[in-house]
Amino acid sequence: MSQTLTSSSQAVRTPAPARSPADRIAQWIPKLVLSPTLVIVVVFFYGFIFWTGLLSFTNSRMLPSYGLVGWDNYVRLFNNERWLVALGNLGIYAFLFIVICLVLGLLLAILLDQKIRAEGALRTIYLYPMALSFIVTGTVWKWMLNPQVGLEQFVQSLGWESFQFDWLVNPDFSIYTVVIAAVWQSSGFVMALFLAGLRGVDDSIIKAAQIDGASRFTIYTRIIIPSLRPVFFSAFIMLAHIAIKSFDLALALTGGGPGISSDLPAIFMYQLSFTRNQMGIGAASAMIMLLTVIAILVPYLYSELRVKKHD
Amino acid sequence: MTEHNQRRYSDISGRAILYALLGIMALYYLLPLALMIVTSFRSMDEIRMGQLIDWPTQLSLDAWRIAWDQAQIGARSEKGLRPYFINSLLMTLPAVAISTMIGAINGYVLSFWRFKGSNLFFGLLLFGCFIPFQAILLPHATVLGKMGISGSIVGLVFTHVIYGVAFTTLFFRNYYVTIPGELVKAAQLDGAGFWRIFFRIMLPLSTPILTVCVIWQFTQVWNDFLFGVTFSDPSSQPITVGLNNLVNSSTGERRYNVDMAGAIIAALPTLLVYVIAGKYFVRGLTAGSVKG
Amino acid sequence: MYLKKRFMAAAIASALSVSTLSATATAGEVEVLHWWTSGGEAAAVSVLREMVEKEGHTWKDFAVAGGGGENTMTVLRARAVSGNPPSSAQIKGLEIQEWADLGFLANLEEVSKQEGWDDVLPPVVADIMKHYGYYVAVPVNVHRVNWMWVNPAALEKAGASVPTTLDELWETADKLKAAGIIPIAHGGQSWQDATVFESIALSSGGPDFFRKAFVEHDQDTLLSPQMETVFDQFRKAREYLDPGFPGRDWNIATSMVIRGEAGMQFMGDWAKGEFTAAGMEPGTDYLCLPFPGTEDAFAFNIDSLAMFMQRDADNVRAQQTMARLVLSPEFQETFNLNKGSIPVRLDQDMTPFDSCAKASMETFQRTSENGQGLVPSMAHGMSTSSAVQGAIYDVTTTFFNSSMSSQDAVRQLASAIRAAQ
Repeated sequence: MSQTLTSSSQAVRTPAPARSPADRIAQWIPKLVLSPTLVIVVVFFYGFIFWTGLLSFTNSRMLPSYGLVGWDNYVRLFNNERWLVALGNLGIYAFLFIVICLVLGLLLAILLDQKIRAEGALRTIYLYPMALSFIVTGTVWKWMLNPQVGLEQFVQSLGWESFQFDWLVNPDFSIYTVVIAAVWQSSGFVMALFLAGLRGVDDSIIKAAQIDGASRFTIYTRIIIPSLRPVFFSAFIMLAHIAIKSFDLALALTGGGPGISSDLPAIFMYQLSFTRNQMGIGAASAMIMLLTVIAILVPYLYSELRVKKHD
Repeated sequence: MTEHNQRRYSDISGRAILYALLGIMALYYLLPLALMIVTSFRSMDEIRMGQLIDWPTQLSLDAWRIAWDQAQIGARSEKGLRPYFINSLLMTLPAVAISTMIGAINGYVLSFWRFKGSNLFFGLLLFGCFIPFQAILLPHATVLGKMGISGSIVGLVFTHVIYGVAFTTLFFRNYYVTIPGELVKAAQLDGAGFWRIFFRIMLPLSTPILTVCVIWQFTQVWNDFLFGVTFSDPSSQPITVGLNNLVNSSTGERRYNVDMAGAIIAALPTLLVYVIAGKYFVRGLTAGSVKG
Repeated sequence: MYLKKRFMAAAIASALSVSTLSATATAGEVEVLHWWTSGGEAAAVSVLREMVEKEGHTWKDFAVAGGGGENTMTVLRARAVSGNPPSSAQIKGLEIQEWADLGFLANLEEVSKQEGWDDVLPPVVADIMKHYGYYVAVPVNVHRVNWMWVNPAALEKAGASVPTTLDELWETADKLKAAGIIPIAHGGQSWQDATVFESIALSSGGPDFFRKAFVEHDQDTLLSPQMETVFDQFRKAREYLDPGFPGRDWNIATSMVIRGEAGMQFMGDWAKGEFTAAGMEPGTDYLCLPFPGTEDAFAFNIDSLAMFMQRDADNVRAQQTMARLVLSPEFQETFNLNKGSIPVRLDQDMTPFDSCAKASMETFQRTSENGQGLVPSMAHGMSTSSAVQGAIYDVTTTFFNSSMSSQDAVRQLASAIRAAQ
């Protein structure tokens, strides 16, 4: 697979036959430079994943122990109502969060790219929520979304008596409030990524298209946005990473509630592993999370990495 | 003539809609910050007896002073968030610098010096972004203990570099693949080597992505709570742990004004980075260095 | 040159070791991992720090807040696997036994004998602190969980009387509701839900039922019609809340009672601090009463510090000193005045305490002597392992926030407890 990948790319490679010792060393430099990262990947990524996988088949409770119990932890996990709710919530949350952030981030970047006055100030305003820690964000949004002290009360006091916005306290909608706060926090960064991408698009192509009489809309949908593909890729990876690990935000905003209605797998795993002394089940839930990621991500990674670069 | 006027008219109304949209969005982003700032200036009596969300009747700076160096956090001898703040600086600066540098070099290799398996390597590295960190806390703690750096700032820097390189590499790699390979080929023909090409050609071209990467890493490391709380000891706890200690009390009153002042203090460096970095970001872009 | 350097190094090293020997014949270090990070709690634990330092030892303060100790527990595990546990950590209830089983905890036999802990501590408390007959932890305080906090002005306005049974409770609640006052101030977080559930179980089923269900996990009791009644009553409490309750912090709920927006709150005695901070007097501005139907019961929640085995002899000494100081009447008084709880010592002078604390102490002593009404709190991790406690939390909070029937809840509770054991 890597053979075809390499040959399909136009990457510069060192000449294959080494002519002198110096060349030989030069040839090894790139690999040498990557070797610390390779150690990280092998030990700290996959080594620890393997260890977690091992734990998921043991009877570990408070601390790791190595009595094997087969698939028992997985059976218990999927008999746990709360885990199923958490898994379903992750699906809703991750999908909405990623899609809204991408759309909003792209939209804001395009709007900001129209030679706007005060662009610097606006960009900072969109970007700053990323600077706040989740603990704080959760608390502030909790106030704002609370029907009795926040927005609902505020709008009602303005005279719109029948205004209702009680998602935070409604078990059917609480997970969407987590989406609202998370989008608020992360969409600015996506905007920045897209803005960097937009500024990198070759002006001459756009000018040529304009001369050909293409409308602004066509130029965006046909030329500019498709050229942002690597940016979409970076943004997607970043957002997926945030979504899967979402933990502090949901804890601070809803505490997983009302009831267990906005629970997420990361919260579940943390609690079972560290406060409920069911580390084996916690490890099993971590493995399921990873497998889910593999199922969704690997096809995407594969297709992205296969695309010819440097065209 | 009329067509021209119409076009101008639609341009003007288009601009108006554009600015209105941007303005509404700005409100959505600003509202929570405004709430935080307003609350931090209210007194606790006012909050307890009135509404949680309200204007201050008088400006009070007490909450800020308490959060910075007066609040008794646990039984520490040093009061307030100040010591935590300093720890965070000591941890974040090296962690961001090292992980960004490694990411830049990795990205450079993976874009211009590919070898058999380099794409596979990149894929494996990327997958590392998705490990739920909660799952690796204990093995990582064991490794830190074996290395003799558990509980230290060095240990925290090490941890953040390790779990940050996947992202920094991703950023640089995806940026460098948009730069034409001919640039490197030409430099090679001129006799430039691996490092010379990197430092003389690639780095000067990297301002925008460097900015994005630094913003991201700084935010991640500064705001990280999970690693900060698990791998620190009393002398190395970062600001997020301090803030959490300040705002959380299992059985005691909550001082929302102090919470909010503390939260803003904790966010100041990141906010500063955004404002400053944003400037360089634009400068890098307007220099036209991205256009390839 | 090289030799000289080595010689110097050796000389410095020996000089240092001599000086450390002489200086630390008494002085050691205690590293204390706890989650008393802010407000009155922080002030209270600072008192202990001063006392320890006065004895010549160093106090390394390791405060980690959050979620009733969730983060603290993570840190403790990380420290334990890296081979470097702190000398002392805030651990509760059965968790103490679990750490002791793994061989992490130190034996406090010597200091406990010297100080005669067995004579001053009620056996119920001592049992929790002991592992195979030896003390491995020291208790800091006793909280009573089954309290009811009442705003008498609000009740008067509604023409309602103070309830003493569950039936009266719902009558009072109805009257408050009719008068436009929120009957029950509540925060919808799983531990608060469990706190109310626990008080209702104690009232409706009595202490024996409580013990069978939440200490012994007797399946017949868990599946009994009585348990169904408990869930029915728990559901009834839900009718008297305001719509904004989910996720609310407990002290916000308390402030609703303080302002008279709400009539009552069911919460442990730590709520008292909020009333005190608002300048209210117990007995006149607010009432602290046992949860209706639980006058003769006492659901206890004890904070404690477990002692971890230390290698350094000086640190061991410092650790023992701290253990002794925690149980000293001086510390017990200051700490508990700050925290709203009562001292663990049965011989404590209660003069400085307010009427609520005195009443609490009276019930505590009475129930611990007659062995009838004193039960470990389920909601606060005293009665069960954390796995079982978590399982109960999940069921009660789901029930409270959905339309699940009481029959289903009973079945789920029983099977969740069985699965977690």
